[in-house]
Amino acid sequence: MSDLNKLGLAEARDALRKGDTTSVELTEACLKAIDAADALNAFVHKTPEIALERAKAADTRIKAGDAPSMCGLPVGIKDLFCTKGVDSQAASNILKGFKPEYESTVSQKLVDAGSVMLGKLNMDEFAMGSSNETSAYGDVVSPWRRDGSDAKLTPGGSSGGSAAAVAADLCLAATGTDTGGSIRQPAAFTGTVGIKPTYGRCSRWGIVAFASSLDQAGPMTKSVRDAAIMLEAMAGHDPKDSTSADLAVPDFEAMLTGDIKGKKIGIPKEYRMEGMPAEIENLWADGTAMLKDAGAEIVDISLPHTKYALPAYYVIAPAEASSNLARYDGVRYGHRATLEAGDGITEMYEKTRAQGFGHEVQRRVMVGTYVLSAGFYDAYYNRARRVRTLIKKDFEDVFAAGVDAILTPATPSAAFGLGEMTDADPVQMYLNDVFTVTVNLAGLPGISVPAGLDAQGLPLGLQLIGRPWEEGDLLNTAYALEQAAGFVAKPGKWW
Amino acid sequence: MSIDQSTAAKVAKLARIKVEEDALPALADEFNTILGFIEQLNEVDVEGVEPMTSVTPQRLKRREDVVNDGNQQDKVLSNAPDAREGFFAVPKVVE
Repeated sequence: MSDLNKLGLAEARDALRKGDTTSVELTEACLKAIDAADALNAFVHKTPEIALERAKAADTRIKAGDAPSMCGLPVGIKDLFCTKGVDSQAASNILKGFKPEYESTVSQKLVDAGSVMLGKLNMDEFAMGSSNETSAYGDVVSPWRRDGSDAKLTPGGSSGGSAAAVAADLCLAATGTDTGGSIRQPAAFTGTVGIKPTYGRCSRWGIVAFASSLDQAGPMTKSVRDAAIMLEAMAGHDPKDSTSADLAVPDFEAMLTGDIKGKKIGIPKEYRMEGMPAEIENLWADGTAMLKDAGAEIVDISLPHTKYALPAYYVIAPAEASSNLARYDGVRYGHRATLEAGDGITEMYEKTRAQGFGHEVQRRVMVGTYVLSAGFYDAYYNRARRVRTLIKKDFEDVFAAGVDAILTPATPSAAFGLGEMTDADPVQMYLNDVFTVTVNLAGLPGISVPAGLDAQGLPLGLQLIGRPWEEGDLLNTAYALEQAAGFVAKPGKWW
Repeated sequence: MSIDQSTAAKVAKLARIKVEEDALPALADEFNTILGFIEQLNEVDVEGVEPMTSVTPQRLKRREDVVNDGNQQDKVLSNAPDAREGFFAVPKVVE
């Protein structure tokens, strides 16, 4: 078989079980593709030795007829996941050289499922960003380009390395994390599938924390079927994360029938933003028509507090980040600033954090510190948490009225150029998450499915939002949308 | 609410991030842009609404109050920038 790295998880799994190829062959094809793609800056710590060792072990298990669900399938791991003995620095200089003595629950589950780790993937620093331009490793370059242009584009963020690696066929699939849209926005920008499950579905243990009440891990894949396979492997209760749900994980792949007859799909009027490009508007209308043709009932719905989701997010997420990132003090791990004579422990903290954190991270930590400080806690933080209650209630009301899933655009535009937003104020960059952030605040599952190309040949995605814990049903609706949209475009190889 | 340079300096101090004097005006400007955006929340009627504490209505699990981990001093210290004689080392704290 040729071009083994271009396979998806399901195809590769079936080929392995039939004996058409081996995990070592698949892994070598990916390692070769990774080495030839340094221009994308997606893989920042390569682990070929671990990969080949696990691939050999997987081949032995497959031969013995003892293959778990992802046996022998090569994947990339976002740098936010702690991986034992392998650099895990959340794309930050403050964690430079950090080699965890433990493995995150999700990446351990992927090992247990037989998958093969190829290396660690670039991302925005501490997952704070929407363009992968805040990384200490430098920008990730999207494999996609506008027609007739060689301008470098963003793959989105924060899981930009994961999205670029999957789109460029450097791996079969990758892990991502999503706090405000960090799986779904890069998936939409790169023509890949990304699902953020219900809050509590995947354990957060061993994933570097950004905003603990919002963070969730999820898969980034080449198809909805692959997302179902990988989410099942990643999900499940973990006693080490008190917010992880003690619920059985269904066989998501078995739920992909493509039959959505009679399903009620809500179209929220508040997501029709002023100044939304006609292409996004048309894509949304096309997606609505596809679901209708597949037998779904389309209903107009209202989520009245949508407008307040981003401002609430930019109180809650920085507040939690300022608390979580207090642990980077130069004492236990990572960077410590060189001190001058007479410097005490306070100077050590202040210099270490000024040197170790990038600009965006510093800004968010300080905004979080401010909204939590005496005198402002009620006005900002408690008010934002009240608004969050209202945002969640908006969704509860439409689900109570019988809506099964909600269809929205995934992003307000196609991918933009690297550096294009440099001079914009931070709020402009935050607007990238306008359609995705509500889902994190409400703790719901959301998936981005590639649905079309814009006039310049760049991918656009649609988002489906599901009921809590019903990822199986959501994946099935996404599967129906994927089949109807028939998105097959791939970036032309220039790297 | 407008943030001036002295407030920006105070916030940086609270966050334990060293910000040079000449970077304060730009920092204050950025804070004001972000806080201006956040001000929209004042339009929402939140009277009688409970602040969210948990997005999923689950009771936190309890576990047995027993020792289930430990005896790994070397691992705990393995990533420390400065570890000596089994401890994390820091600059002098008490005069």
